[in-house]
Amino acid sequence: MAIDCLVLGAGQEVGKSCVIVSINGKRIMFDCGMHMGYADHRRYPDFSLISKSADFNSALSCIIITHFHLDHIGALPYFTEVCGYNGPIYMTYPTKALAPLMLEDYRKVMVGRGEEEQFTYENILDCMKKVTAVDLKQTVQVDKDLQIRGYYAGHVLGAAMFYASLGDAAMVYTGDYNMTPDRHLGAAQIDRMQLDVLITESTYATTIRDSKYAREREFLKAVHKCVSNGGKVLIPTFALGRAQELCILLDDYWERMNLKVPIYFSAGLTMQANLYYKVLINWTSQKVKDTYATRNAFDFKNVHSFDRSLLDAPGPCVLFATPGMISGGFSLEVFKHWAPSEANLITLPGYCVAGTVGHKLMSGKPTKVDLDKDTQIDVRCQIHQLSFSPHTDAKGIMDLVKFLSPKHVVLVHGEKPKMDLLKARIKSELGIQCYDPANTETVSFPSTHFVKADASNTFIRSSLTPNFEFLKDEAKAMAPLEVRDGRVTEGILAMEKGQKVKILHQDELLTMIGTEKTEVEFGYCFALRLCSLKRVLPAIEEVSVFDENLLLSVLNMKLSNEVGLQDRVGSLEVNSFRLSICKNNSCPHRSNGDSDGSYEGMFFCCNWSNLDMKLAWRVISLLKNMDSSVDLTNKMPFNNVER
Amino acid sequence: MVNLCGFHILFDCPLDLSALTIFSPISTSLYEHTSAAPSSDSLDTPVVGAMLETEKLLDRTNLIPAEPYYKTVERLHLWNASLIDVVLISSPMGMLGLPFLTRTDGFSAKIYATEATARLGQFMMEDLVAMHMEFKQFYGPNETSFLQLFKWEELEALPPALKEIILGKDGTELGSWMPLYSAADVRDCLRKVQTLKYAEEACYNGTLIIKAFSSGLEIGSCNWSLKGPKRNISYISSSVFSSGVAMDFNFQAHLGSDVLIYSDFASWNGTNCVGDENSCSSLVTGGDCSITGDNEYTRELNADSLLNFDESSEEMEKLNFICSCSMNSVKAGGSVLIPIGRLGIVLQLLELFALHIDSSDVKVPIFIISSVAEELLAYTSILPEWLCKHRQEKLYSGKPVFGHEELIKEKKIHIFPTVHSHELLMMWQEPCIVVCPHWSLRLGPVVHLLQRWHADPNSLLVLEEGIDTDLALLPYKPIAMKVLECSFLSGIKLEKVPPLLKMLQPKLILLPDHTKPYFAPLSESLPCLFYLEDETLRLPNSNNLSELHIATDLASQLTWSKMKNNELTISRLTGELFVDNGKRYLLAEKRPMPYEIRPLVHWGKVDLESLLLALEKIGVKGSIEKVKSDDGYGSNVLNVFEPGKALIQVKETSIVISTSDKSLASLVSDAVHTLLDGI
Ligand SMILES: [Zn+2]
Ligand SMILES: [Zn+2]
Ligand SMILES: [Zn+2]
Repeated sequence: MAIDCLVLGAGQEVGKSCVIVSINGKRIMFDCGMHMGYADHRRYPDFSLISKSADFNSALSCIIITHFHLDHIGALPYFTEVCGYNGPIYMTYPTKALAPLMLEDYRKVMVGRGEEEQFTYENILDCMKKVTAVDLKQTVQVDKDLQIRGYYAGHVLGAAMFYASLGDAAMVYTGDYNMTPDRHLGAAQIDRMQLDVLITESTYATTIRDSKYAREREFLKAVHKCVSNGGKVLIPTFALGRAQELCILLDDYWERMNLKVPIYFSAGLTMQANLYYKVLINWTSQKVKDTYATRNAFDFKNVHSFDRSLLDAPGPCVLFATPGMISGGFSLEVFKHWAPSEANLITLPGYCVAGTVGHKLMSGKPTKVDLDKDTQIDVRCQIHQLSFSPHTDAKGIMDLVKFLSPKHVVLVHGEKPKMDLLKARIKSELGIQCYDPANTETVSFPSTHFVKADASNTFIRSSLTPNFEFLKDEAKAMAPLEVRDGRVTEGILAMEKGQKVKILHQDELLTMIGTEKTEVEFGYCFALRLCSLKRVLPAIEEVSVFDENLLLSVLNMKLSNEVGLQDRVGSLEVNSFRLSICKNNSCPHRSNGDSDGSYEGMFFCCNWSNLDMKLAWRVISLLKNMDSSVDLTNKMPFNNVER
Repeated sequence: MVNLCGFHILFDCPLDLSALTIFSPISTSLYEHTSAAPSSDSLDTPVVGAMLETEKLLDRTNLIPAEPYYKTVERLHLWNASLIDVVLISSPMGMLGLPFLTRTDGFSAKIYATEATARLGQFMMEDLVAMHMEFKQFYGPNETSFLQLFKWEELEALPPALKEIILGKDGTELGSWMPLYSAADVRDCLRKVQTLKYAEEACYNGTLIIKAFSSGLEIGSCNWSLKGPKRNISYISSSVFSSGVAMDFNFQAHLGSDVLIYSDFASWNGTNCVGDENSCSSLVTGGDCSITGDNEYTRELNADSLLNFDESSEEMEKLNFICSCSMNSVKAGGSVLIPIGRLGIVLQLLELFALHIDSSDVKVPIFIISSVAEELLAYTSILPEWLCKHRQEKLYSGKPVFGHEELIKEKKIHIFPTVHSHELLMMWQEPCIVVCPHWSLRLGPVVHLLQRWHADPNSLLVLEEGIDTDLALLPYKPIAMKVLECSFLSGIKLEKVPPLLKMLQPKLILLPDHTKPYFAPLSESLPCLFYLEDETLRLPNSNNLSELHIATDLASQLTWSKMKNNELTISRLTGELFVDNGKRYLLAEKRPMPYEIRPLVHWGKVDLESLLLALEKIGVKGSIEKVKSDDGYGSNVLNVFEPGKALIQVKETSIVISTSDKSLASLVSDAVHTLLDGI
């Protein structure tokens, strides 16, 4: 039994996330992303490694998509519509609702750039029809054995970590996640579980971030300063996620500061996305969620759609334009118009893929940007880099790994040098094996496996009964008696030819093999002198009113510092050991000549089974030593027993 | 109430709202018409059964003019609340009595409900509390119970219909009347509810895995699947195969359970199915729309058509019928009053009304009057995960899941918290269509509007069939307004039950006793057991052995020994038993073994001669002695004299060693054990 992780994408890099996990032979594809930095075959995961014959339907049990970012879903329409995968696909409701917008937006940009079309709009729609939407924590039975379940991941609306289990083997794939809540989403949440493998993103493997609020304030200040000086603010974003998050920030700020400067959304597309956010408001942070009844937070008051004619209109404004990173399309067009003016501001996300205009703007302070061989743009505007990110920082990753304490950790979705550092920390600080395979590499682990056996009712009942143990630290005389539930399950495993393994209670075994238990018992009957008993119970003198039970209780009290006997009427007992007052002068447990009717003392009869040998002898020696002088037995006058 | 794995589980805690009808509503002279229109009973009031056959006829003076009390589940008050471990709420209706339970001393059970059920239930309870305030204001802070107003004789003298409601059929239900809970009780109650998503696994006490699956009845309503280490149980409450609003009945989730408790009684129309052991679902009724009259529907159903047949189109027909009747009334200048408590129906009606109004030339406003309507409607547009496929498709295509949001924006629908709200008085126009909560026609806006319109023959009252209409309408008599009684699908149709049960293949089905005539003939193919109200039914012990999961490291440590004469291999197994997520695990003991490992059980025979030989081998000497047989110790004993004194008696199933010498005792016992089999 084993778990194998074949990394097809996002191995030691960010982009085209795709991991094939095989649990005890069943294969799941986690994410099916594309790489924004490439335009050739490297943009997609190498699907041929899944199945040489391209028979993906029998090679995979299901596909799970964690969220709508293109580096996690971008290759899905290609894989289903072009490669022909027809099996089940799972993603959360918001991901299913929002992914087509994301994919279509990207497809248009691709086509706009004159690239070869990888899939059509119809492909996107057909692909989404194959998707089963799931709710958080909903346990989905993929087939008879395989179970999956999503957990809230923060990051973007609908992002989920996925748990998968098959038999006793279990694992979690995080996708992208955020361990701290932000303005519009909550923090990732997951149950504590027994896991063999945790596959986690590691975008910020070494970064530790402080409070987000300070950085949000910085952003708002920069925007406010720009518009109050009559400048225009360009916020290049993708259609979903960051756009809504920033918009909530701005809309709220505008309201509070009573600003009248218009905020625009570039295309109808982004406005429409807000409708989805309104309906799916339950997937946002608690604070935003609570606004649904009064005024849905995604009912932006100050936001309008942008018209191309406003591009060179005078006066300040804020514009959200797609795509993010200024990789082409409308945001590039706006950039061309606005970048040359010092009064304007362009905000950039924390991460831009190499090759995009955004990336060029981030590296140093360029005064000119080359768009292509012939076009060069003067950049005189201000650049504000957004330093808040929807990814967890290193502390968050460590917290999650520590919380889940899996047997193995696999790092993906990060940069190699930083991942190495994090890997070393996980090994040294948490003592957990950690790996960071490159693309196309496979790592394998043994999976948890339990041997299954049928347990009989008697066995279960006996195991569930508490078994109190009375312990005494003998080194410290005054130490209090410690009582603990020393419940150890004791049973018998029986394998009969051709039958399932059974677990029985020992008594049941005897019935099964048709025999009876033979007890090996011990008996010892001994006397204590009256004078030593008198010290314990002075009233013992008045033999007529002498109460045996009282005597036993008092003795028990004396012994209670050493052993815990239970006071039953007429005897003291613990486990199989039993002590009682013996009046049978011909008691067989008395040593020859040990019994004496005329002897002034009392006989105590003890019996026990071989399990309690040590305990029995200890009690006996304690009782005998009550007569603080010497061992009683040696001094006793021996008389013959009357028979 | 079900006892599973030693846990007491209560399914649903509703209120018997129909009992509210014994109280008289607050009359507002404002709307009282001095000259009541002639009653047209023959035309409008439905045929009433047993009620009229009694010698005493009811009139409105018989109703009790007091602050209403509320009737909880029969005999629930007799239960010791602290004995309940788990409460499972299947629908918002099943939650209305819950605050009575949660405020009881000693109540500590874990309550589970789906997220949507909890929220919708909260809306209903908040509305109930708010509407009840009207009574409080009317009667003042009266501390005495309505029951104290009566002497026993007076109670006896009440008309039988009322008496039966108050006392129950056998006169034992007096104790289930309670004064209404407060808003604080409701809040407190909801804090105690753990909310779930569909198919979310909740683990109670590490042992029971509880899952809710959609039942299709209402948004968020569910059936339950309970999985313990030994049995899994399915609880099927009122379910609808395909609903136009809520997520469809997920019956596949209940396939192959050990026990299936079937508790959907919507189809037992006419028979008294209220107050069974598990759920007192007094409000579910069945049959078909009394006007469309398509209850002759008798199609052969096999398992396939069970799944394929679209019930929602039939429901749509009924709703469309209501709309067209309403439009007729409006055209005649009358208003339409729709007091319906079922959210799914209301949401569909609103959409249909908009269509009907658009396609006709009459422009009539729709007013929704309820203290919680605004929030409730806003809430319905943010829970796409709980809706049927067709509504979810709307989400994916970027359209609002329900039409009402747009209609409110377009000012075709107006929402008001109460009939007294200022905005309502400003907007009010007649004719109009009013949708408001039902509350047995005793609480809230419906009371005022009925008093206003009851004598208008052009107006229309749309009621859900099932409540005692005659009693409910009593205070508004004589009634001239038209009454349309309509029943909506609120459960599995009777003819679909056997194929469903057959398909689910449970090992055992539990059905209420009154269904025996129907199911007993089918018992060959369906393993049924029938339970009686208030009686405990003990299920045959399941022979299932519990599965135990043994950790591999522990399993590899086992030392196996073969039994001499048969093909049996045995091994002693020691470890710590854990119960987690409904599975039992046996893990290797963490602490070091404190004692030496020696066999714990022995069997076999020992004879004195071979014992003597075995002892001699380890240097213990003794002799066999005959003991007199009258001492009661059997026959032979072995007397050891070297190295110390000991007496060994060999009996049928035991060997007794008596000695004062500790080390000699161990020597002898070792020798004895070599002669026995043991493990
Ligand atoms: Zn992402
Ligand atoms: Zn990513
Ligand atoms: Zn004795």
